[in-house]
Amino acid sequence: MTPLLEAVQPRSAEPVPAAASLADPMLPRPFEVRRVQAETYDTYTLELAPADGRPLRFRPGQFNMLYLFGVGEVAISISGDPGRPSPLVHTLRAVGAVTRGLCALKKGDVVGVRGPFGNEWPLDEAAGHDVVLVAGGIGLAPLRPAIYRLLAERKRFGRVVLLSGSRSPQDILFRHELERWRSRFDLEVVVTVDYAAGDWNGLVGVVTTLIPRAGFDPTDTVALACGPEVMMRFATRELERRGVPTERIYLSMERNMKCAVGFCGHCQYGPHFICKDGPIFPYRAIAPIFEIREV
Amino acid sequence: MREGSTMNVLERDALDLLFTSLKERGFTLVGPTVRERAIVYDEMFSAADLPWGWTDRQEAGTYRLERRADDAAFGFTVGPHAWKRFLFPPVQSLFRAERSGSKMALRPAGPFAARYALIGVRACELAAIDRQDKVFLGGTYVDPVYRQRREGAFVVAVQCGQAGGTCFCASMGTGPRAGSGFDLALTEVLEDGRHWFLVEEGSERGTEVVATLPVRAATEEEIAAAGRAVERAEAEMGRTLDTEGLRELFLRNYENRHWDRVAERCLGCGNCTMVCPTCFCATVDDVTDLAGQAAERVRRWDSCFTIDFSYLHGGSVRSSIAARYRQWITHKLATWTDQFGAPGCVGCGRCITWCPVGIDLTEETRALRALDHGAPAAPQGGAS
Ligand SMILES: Cc1cc2nc3c(=O)[nH]c(=O)nc-3n(C[C@H](O)[C@H](O)[C@H](O)COP(=O)(O)OP(=O)(O)OC[C@H]3O[C@@H](n4cnc5c(N)ncnc54)[C@H](O)[C@@H]3O)c2cc1C
Ligand code: SF4
Ligand code: SF4
Ligand code: FES
Repeated sequence: MTPLLEAVQPRSAEPVPAAASLADPMLPRPFEVRRVQAETYDTYTLELAPADGRPLRFRPGQFNMLYLFGVGEVAISISGDPGRPSPLVHTLRAVGAVTRGLCALKKGDVVGVRGPFGNEWPLDEAAGHDVVLVAGGIGLAPLRPAIYRLLAERKRFGRVVLLSGSRSPQDILFRHELERWRSRFDLEVVVTVDYAAGDWNGLVGVVTTLIPRAGFDPTDTVALACGPEVMMRFATRELERRGVPTERIYLSMERNMKCAVGFCGHCQYGPHFICKDGPIFPYRAIAPIFEIREV
Repeated sequence: MREGSTMNVLERDALDLLFTSLKERGFTLVGPTVRERAIVYDEMFSAADLPWGWTDRQEAGTYRLERRADDAAFGFTVGPHAWKRFLFPPVQSLFRAERSGSKMALRPAGPFAARYALIGVRACELAAIDRQDKVFLGGTYVDPVYRQRREGAFVVAVQCGQAGGTCFCASMGTGPRAGSGFDLALTEVLEDGRHWFLVEEGSERGTEVVATLPVRAATEEEIAAAGRAVERAEAEMGRTLDTEGLRELFLRNYENRHWDRVAERCLGCGNCTMVCPTCFCATVDDVTDLAGQAAERVRRWDSCFTIDFSYLHGGSVRSSIAARYRQWITHKLATWTDQFGAPGCVGCGRCITWCPVGIDLTEETRALRALDHGAPAAPQGGAS
């Protein structure tokens, strides 16, 4: 690594913990962009290598704060394989100043990374049961590490079903990977789009309409959902309707985040801090406020 | 003479020696002083900077300084400032980034250390510091700015001899008597033509400082006189808040027409959060130099009343004032307890005094109780 890439850490001989620095949790570590891959017209996957060579180990569902020089810092889930933490993989949709800037980075550029933060998808609890994953749009990115883990330890689980919805065929993420997964016999993958032009011969309809017919045993299933809040609202209703108990439905929540470590207050959601108590919550824990507007 | 005793008497004219002793120990003195018609916390150089002979008159939406009949040094309650401005600064650099070509170096902004002697901390304010300790020091991650400043601080508490018009610390169980959390605690007594301070020691550091002062052990009668002063404050308390079932009251009333009624008056200005000694919310700004080669990340106090606070791509989660007021008061009086084990309100009354339209959280709580749905929160929420 070039010396300039090194974070100027406070002088300390002790090994720095693998998680965000406990000494200065607001200070990012520099990572170098190794590869930028366009997933769709507005969504890109970045592969990042730690400047100090220490891989950032993480659990499926965790996120990092990515700092773009002089512009800002945003919460982005890790979308790579937890079994191969280096390079660090993030998939971002360019929606505003920071995400647009991050998506425009080139190989060799440097970003700041703090993390990993947050809790993980309950895969140990899901062992021995069917698993249904419901993804809406960019929500597939935070679920992808869980899929890698499920496939790596496939024998531990019952049926595994991935229901993935996108706005249009142009918005489908991880296309080749979805194709590959779809050809496996030990994974049911159903892809749908909200709307499509004539040349699409797949399913049309919101992702939650797939829930009633998906192949899982509702009384013996753990459900993981990530996507826009409205989509998750419909997803929980459909899952409950099929008989999945509320404590087995997990949702990854999103709120404005300025720190990720419980200091800034922005991510509060009723009694919860999404950054440190979440982002993943059993539906039962948030049910009393989930249907209320403007919480 | 003061062997074994932790209650001493310091005469009025010797108070400045306490200031001198703290300065000699390397502390920067901060405390109450009169500025622009309010008593604020600012740097002090001697006891002469205290608001001798001043008091404040506070009501919902009003604050006025007045002369006292006597020349008490601490004869007022709490003003618009809170000690958090020294422990959790309103503007704080977090790190600097330097760029050359595509490379970037990140440098921590610290050290953040400062050694403040906080002079005149009230019981409710000690409780507020304790609340912020839980936020910044009590979790997995510790805020280095707060930690270094907090560890460096020397706390001189003052027992309240009178209560303000908007105070309700007795309801919140945080005052008016300060029992712990200080290095020294002073009770100011003006009785029978005498003017003196009872000095209580709360730490070894406090004891060391007292050893440098011309004190003598307090008599039983002097200790009793100081006790009477604090009892007076308790009896005069301007407000009360019924804390019975408070958390549940708010948790089951997310949907209540009361919130729209408050929203008709609330300006969403955020004054209540800026003056509150426990509010800890912050945002960050990124600034770059003109050449674009150096950037700095700065943390600033923020307020849940700003529309940007809850911004998510596409719009703010709490776009209505009703939702923002609900968030603020529910956090203070209910969800803070879930998060940190005690309410986020210590009953100091600042938010009542400094609200431009005089919105009073004790009144709003009473009004909510009157409209309480009563039923425990249904699992689906949807009560309307
Ligand atoms: C736990 C978590 C995981 C996330 N994972 C991903 C991911 O894997 N991929 C991805 O593309 N996006 C993800 N997001 C959303 C992402 O953080 C926002 O899209 C991003 O903050 C937008 O910033 P911006 O400056 O580009 O956009 P603007 O719309 O200009 O936003 C301005 C500012 O508002 C805040 N903000 C706006 N939208 C969000 C949001 N949705 N969540 C939090 N803060 C927001 C940010 O501070 C941002 O800088 C995640 C959000 C959270 C909370
Ligand atoms: S909410 Fe109001 S009364 Fe309570 S601590 Fe904050 S400013 Fe003081
Ligand atoms: S309650 Fe009062 S001080 Fe607080 S935001 Fe509303 S108008 Fe401003
Ligand atoms: S993101 Fe700052 S408290 Fe959660």
